[in-house]
Amino acid sequence: MSLTIEHYLILSAVLFSIGLYGALAKRNAVAILMCIEIMLNAVNIAIVAFSRYLVPEVVVLTGHVFAIFIMTVAAAEAAVGLAIIIAIYRSRQSVDVEQMDLMKW
Amino acid sequence: MITEIAFWILAPVVVIAALSVVLLRDIFRAALLLILCFFTIAGIYITLNADFLAAVQVLIYVGAIGILLIFAVMLTRNIQQGNPFNRINGPALLLALLIMVTIISVVAVSDWPVIAEVPQQAVGVPVDEPTTGHIAEALFNKESGFVLPFEIASVLLLAALIGAVVLVRRRDKE
Repeated sequence: MSLTIEHYLILSAVLFSIGLYGALAKRNAVAILMCIEIMLNAVNIAIVAFSRYLVPEVVVLTGHVFAIFIMTVAAAEAAVGLAIIIAIYRSRQSVDVEQMDLMKW
Repeated sequence: MITEIAFWILAPVVVIAALSVVLLRDIFRAALLLILCFFTIAGIYITLNADFLAAVQVLIYVGAIGILLIFAVMLTRNIQQGNPFNRINGPALLLALLIMVTIISVVAVSDWPVIAEVPQQAVGVPVDEPTTGHIAEALFNKESGFVLPFEIASVLLLAALIGAVVLVRRRDKE
């Protein structure tokens, strides 16, 4: 049984759902950031699978370019997100998202 | 054939590692398993003929983001608190399962316009050639390249760098 695009897309969907569940259900802000990274990786797998299996129209490997841009944005997001979490930890001594209610009215 | 075996080894490892990131009580072990997850996703990229992306995945995710996450865990760890779930655990699980079932059923019923060969072969390039040059071609060619997004990405990285430094700088000297 050879691999088809469905294998990769289902793997991507499973990973995305695991990441979504974690991002919604965890209390530690660092854990939420880790789950967001899982979701971004799941999307990257789907994009690369599309680039590998679907009919190329204009340029080959456009999907790889998209994946590289997602990785760039993910790196920037992780750096800024962790900086925010550390700043919050300094002022409140906690990374529990249920206690981060400073901007709640 | 070897690709199928590799996929069926790597895919369960990815899913189990991701599940343990969500379910483990110890946040530090969760971070280590997340790094394992990133590594195996690099293997998945290799089964998709994406050698450059696999290298970039190891460099950026395992090397940079993994270390950054471990630093954040070390700096903010509350050992006795662990990595618990919050109040909306049940609805979140339900929503995630719903989205997973929806995506999988859509994937199953869709009729994908699949090509038999690898994209490089479609333009007459042998498949065992590295993809790096083709990615550069796709990024920088004149008609349909991504030169402007590439420059914007570099500005974004600079802004993120400065933003991270500004956010964690101590202000007590002012």
